[in-house]
Amino acid sequence: MKQIYLDHNATTPVDPEVIEAMLPYLRSGFGNASSVHAFGREAKVALENSREQVAAFINCQPSELYFTSGGTESDNLAVLGTAYELASRKKHIVIGAAEHDAVLKPAEYLARDKGFMVKYLPVDDDGFAPLDRLAELITEQTALVSVMHANHETGTIQDIRALAAVARKSNVLFHTDAVQSVGKIKVDVKELGVDMLSLSGHKIYGPKGVGALFIRRGVKISPLFYGGGHEKKHRPGTENIAGVVGLARSLQVAERRLESDGNHISKLAEFFIEDLLEKVPDCRLNGPRSNRLSHTVNVSFEGVEGESLVLSLDMEGIAVSSGSACSSGTVDPSHVLTAMGVPAVAAQGAIRFSLGRSTTREDLEHVLDVLPPIIERLRAMSPVYNNQNE
Amino acid sequence: MRKKKVLVGMSGGVDSSVTALLLKEHGYDVIGAQMKLWDYADVGGDTHKDGRCCTTESVTDCRFVCDAIGAPFYVLDMTKQFRETVIENFVSEYRAGRTPNPCVACNSEIRWKTFLHKATEIGCDYIATGHYAIVRQGVNGRWLIRKGIDRSRDQSYVLWGLSQEALSKTLMPLGEMHKSEVREIAKRHNLRTADRPESREICFVADDDYRRFLREWEAKSGRNPEPGEIVHTDGRVLGRHNGTAFYTIGQRKGLGIAHPTPLYVQAVDVENNRVIVGDNDTLFRSELDAAQVNWVGRALSDEPFEANVKIRYRHEAAPATITPLTESTVHVTFKDRQRAITPGQSVVFYEGDVLIGGGVIM
Repeated sequence: MKQIYLDHNATTPVDPEVIEAMLPYLRSGFGNASSVHAFGREAKVALENSREQVAAFINCQPSELYFTSGGTESDNLAVLGTAYELASRKKHIVIGAAEHDAVLKPAEYLARDKGFMVKYLPVDDDGFAPLDRLAELITEQTALVSVMHANHETGTIQDIRALAAVARKSNVLFHTDAVQSVGKIKVDVKELGVDMLSLSGHKIYGPKGVGALFIRRGVKISPLFYGGGHEKKHRPGTENIAGVVGLARSLQVAERRLESDGNHISKLAEFFIEDLLEKVPDCRLNGPRSNRLSHTVNVSFEGVEGESLVLSLDMEGIAVSSGSACSSGTVDPSHVLTAMGVPAVAAQGAIRFSLGRSTTREDLEHVLDVLPPIIERLRAMSPVYNNQNE
Repeated sequence: MRKKKVLVGMSGGVDSSVTALLLKEHGYDVIGAQMKLWDYADVGGDTHKDGRCCTTESVTDCRFVCDAIGAPFYVLDMTKQFRETVIENFVSEYRAGRTPNPCVACNSEIRWKTFLHKATEIGCDYIATGHYAIVRQGVNGRWLIRKGIDRSRDQSYVLWGLSQEALSKTLMPLGEMHKSEVREIAKRHNLRTADRPESREICFVADDDYRRFLREWEAKSGRNPEPGEIVHTDGRVLGRHNGTAFYTIGQRKGLGIAHPTPLYVQAVDVENNRVIVGDNDTLFRSELDAAQVNWVGRALSDEPFEANVKIRYRHEAAPATITPLTESTVHVTFKDRQRAITPGQSVVFYEGDVLIGGGVIM
């Protein structure tokens, strides 16, 4: 059976060029970057070289870039690290209502166990956060605002520059989770005006288990781990040299391909959306038509349970997800869609197709052939759908 | 011709693993699934106990078995439905002084409803389980359940609630096998579940301590069991109980009463918050009424008929006359008196090895 992968927001295959770049550091270049000897030096050079490359990609100083184990750790470090640092003075944080769990859960923990007040910045029907609401939510007590750059489920690209400016005006730190946007659209921390930014390797054809957090010079946060002096004590633990080399290389590849990938994928996505909305009645695109990561196509099929559709497509060799991959396995509607005011019935039937570099028009045409009869079967069995249309 | 698709409900035990394997060998397009029915966080108990369904270990076991036989595997979250239909019922039955059969409720309401619906949705023709019972269409056109040929393992008792429609979409390949053969097959195929211990008792009561479960579950909704009197059938007050829900008919242990003769719970009187105890002799009855009756082996008829009747899972079926009263109630008269007929338990009627129907003892 032909396998079609349309779940690039969950993870991506590692680019062959990235693998090649990593291999020497799994073989002879295995040294510990903290060691003084030749092996250590080789590793240290690779580490700092990677740091410079990643820093250049997001336009920060190498000294402002800290390697982590991935997006979740970067987000936790930003949210918890800031909260712990400022807890004696400021116990209030504001986060987006449609954040990834890697930001939501640490914030919930702060509220539950650490006496913090957490306020949620709402989003509109397309997933955009209103600027004036942010200004209203910020208080003297606010330690941090965290709003994601591009949404993992819908692709909505937030106006981070404007939101960060609001926080800046009140002297409040601003973090953005840019795990989905880095490598797909231009991400420049100076232009965005953020104090912290999270990114991850495996969403951009790099390896799993590596990511980074940009922390603007002058911003102080507490570490989550204690150990050696790695990453200036912000993140102790022997550095994952092959991983950071892979991350740096994946960003180099992304930079080279940014425009051509973007054009290719947005054309495919447009074709896919048009055709899908035409072929399948009662379905809707969740998220905006523009200011969206074009490769993310989140569609609700009314009267269909997303889980059943994901499984049915899997059996046809088509890999998609309902909601975010992390929340698959639960049948609760996605909090992202709920925050956008998508009715529960439509949110239950939401599927995320996320296209990637290797996606072809033929792949999508195949999906467009396979999908409609499955939807029809599921709707025929759905009490919700049939009642509605009688 | 398209292969028939079957969704196999897997627990992580040897029986469901071999079920999946056998169906695969018989040319079915097999898809494995574990129903996630509850969270340890909700039900409490020992999270490290082996051989339990719904533990991460059992999910991993299912995953490996499916990978080995070349079947996709999914975890289907049914915690909400399970809580609403099985656990809540379990608790409210005890609260009402009855002794429930949660496995029966789970089969009727979850496996052969929610799970079957999901299977049909994803394009499956059948669901399959590792029950030791035989499902086959009889000459009269009805779908029949027969006792598994391994009589010591026969699980037909918990299947009486299945509808004809549900049975027509059900495969139970282990009904015609002995447990030893099943283990043998698992070993021969190197299935990692070959030596899994038997799962016992009630899956969501991980430590087999249903009293602990009830106490904790009720406490969550602010309900605390009310202590009361333990009274002898002759009227004497013999002691105190710590909540009627913790007692079941026929129970001897844990009464906390010193008495010259052995005492057994005779009845749970919720209305007066009393537990009635007495001698073993007075536990015997020859009649019962049952409700929620489901007819499997025969259609509803008004005529009384003879059958062998089981009043609990481990009960030697006893001859009796069944008299249908209404569409869903019957009166059962046993030839010989039976010990500890317990309201809430399932009563199941057999003709030979064919399951005729069943209901819940009133």
